[in-house]
Amino acid sequence: MSEKKEIIRVEKLRREFKVGDETVKALRGVSFTIHEGEFVTIMGTSGSGKSTLLNILGCLDTPTSGDYVLDGISVRTMSKNQRAVIRNRKIGFVFQNYNLLPKTTSVENVELPLLYNSSVSSQERRERAIRALKSVGLGERLYHKSNQMSGGQQQRVAIARALVNDPVIILADEATGNLDTRTSFSILVLFQHLHREGRTIIFVTHNPELAAYSSRNIMLRDGKVVSDTYNDEPLSALSALEALPKDND
Amino acid sequence: MKFINILKIAIKALNNNKLRCFLTMLGIIIGVASVITMLAIGQGSKDSIKAQISEMGSNMIMIHPGSMQRGGVRQSSDDMQSLQVSDYEALAELPGVAAISPSVNSGGQLVFGNNNYPSTIYGITPEYLDIRKLKVAEGTMFTEHDIKTAAKVCILGKTVVDNLFPNGEDPIGRVVRFGSIPLTVIGVLESKGTNSMGMDQDDVVLAPYTTVMKRILAIDYIQGIFASAVDEAETEATIEEITAMLRLRHKIKEGADDDFDIRSQQELSEMMNSTSDMMTILLACIAGISLLVGGIGIMNIMYVSVTERTREIGLRMSIGARGIDILSQFLIEAVIISVTGGIIGILLGFLASWLVTVIVNWPVSIQMYSVVLSFVVCTVTGVFFGWYPARKASNLDPIEAIRYE
Repeated sequence: MSEKKEIIRVEKLRREFKVGDETVKALRGVSFTIHEGEFVTIMGTSGSGKSTLLNILGCLDTPTSGDYVLDGISVRTMSKNQRAVIRNRKIGFVFQNYNLLPKTTSVENVELPLLYNSSVSSQERRERAIRALKSVGLGERLYHKSNQMSGGQQQRVAIARALVNDPVIILADEATGNLDTRTSFSILVLFQHLHREGRTIIFVTHNPELAAYSSRNIMLRDGKVVSDTYNDEPLSALSALEALPKDND
Repeated sequence: MKFINILKIAIKALNNNKLRCFLTMLGIIIGVASVITMLAIGQGSKDSIKAQISEMGSNMIMIHPGSMQRGGVRQSSDDMQSLQVSDYEALAELPGVAAISPSVNSGGQLVFGNNNYPSTIYGITPEYLDIRKLKVAEGTMFTEHDIKTAAKVCILGKTVVDNLFPNGEDPIGRVVRFGSIPLTVIGVLESKGTNSMGMDQDDVVLAPYTTVMKRILAIDYIQGIFASAVDEAETEATIEEITAMLRLRHKIKEGADDDFDIRSQQELSEMMNSTSDMMTILLACIAGISLLVGGIGIMNIMYVSVTERTREIGLRMSIGARGIDILSQFLIEAVIISVTGGIIGILLGFLASWLVTVIVNWPVSIQMYSVVLSFVVCTVTGVFFGWYPARKASNLDPIEAIRYE
């Protein structure tokens, strides 16, 4: 893997919160490096610090100490606005509850990140949004409104939105958490497909089953990395999906 | 370049939630329209009350000869002969005088057939009707020609008619006698009832002043002059003009007393002023309360509609919107909603005022200041309370905003 480009490098990351008089240490020195093309699951129970880590990786939050380098740029000293631009250009978010704009068509939802990037023309914006929607298998539902679609379809729109700015990293926060097993697997199939295309993906979850489908698993407990294992032969989500009973009555 | 994008974002956001957008706008529409309508009704009432008081003759000015001392004895003003017809003619030229009439009167017995009735005959000009707010109900008023020829015609008040023609005959064209002078009745006055002093205002006979002077009293002076000022507010100034003119004509030296006496309906004009002041305060209260209520409504709906979009703000920030982008978007939305709502509110205010006139038949008068005031207050409130929660939201951590419940 050493020939691959370094996308994320965190060193001795610490994050402390002041709650009243107490100081809560959410991260107590986390270090790892993620290279291009990896599909990493970050796993941990609630309170393990995985959400805090995701927020820092997503440039939504800054560490108390330690260093975070994203695609060769150190994020730690950046201002709020600089981080907003970084999020816009280099990161794609997929949330647990999709967070689509209500009553808005798929295409407009997907276009949204590009609207905050003035170097993209309106024509290019539309083309890229359509391409992203096609790549997640929603070529037929470009002009459906978000409230007319199922959870799985909404999550696909959200993934297309994360892809549209061609990010260096896709950050998924419990992206299958709100979906039933079948739909979860079909979303997982999509993530594996994106991984094969060479995308770098970080998938944060508390569901230990999912680790088997990624190429690397980082386990957090009490703000520390307790295990970091590579999985050279991830399971195929597609075959798992096909193995599921067709009808669960 | 960037602004165009933000503008597009704002318009899309408005377009995507038309109901919320409409409800927010409704707050502003109601605020603006109610202020305009309330003030239009208030101002209309004020004007109409003013007109009614004015109808009572609040701008009337009465000029009588002043009582003078002659050889140590104070004389009755009725015996003074200081006012001339030429004084009346000179005063008629003054710009502040709207209507003017000389006045000579005589009491006497009116006779028609078997009936007789004691009344007072007033010698006047047709302008007297305007000054005293009298109207000829039947028949006609006499003319300038009748004055020149001292015609033997008269107009009767209602009380006189009732007494002379108890059987309800038509008095027009009949000849009544005043003392020994026969007068042809050419008109009957509309009834005015008693005045505030309890005097019957219908117990009058009107005739050309020349007729009364020459044929009844045989005098060459006039007993008084009635005039009306152009406007209540001008009454004082007009009195000064008249005083100056009469002093000049009567060659009264500076420092000497006037040889005439001028009175106005001071009580009435004071009532007019205090009513007017009261209405102005009432209007200010209406405007203040309407604006306050409208403003609070706008504040609430703006605040709530922005607050409920905190998650959306969080999402926008997490995909790369900067604080300033969020703020600009909400500011543009607030401006569009407030200004559009304000304009619709103005139109609705005009429509409502018009409906009040047409349906309830109330006098309304739309005030320009109320249009400007309500528009400015409501749009500024709308924009501020659209901007303020948006600023709070844009300062939030995107993580907090996106998890906001």
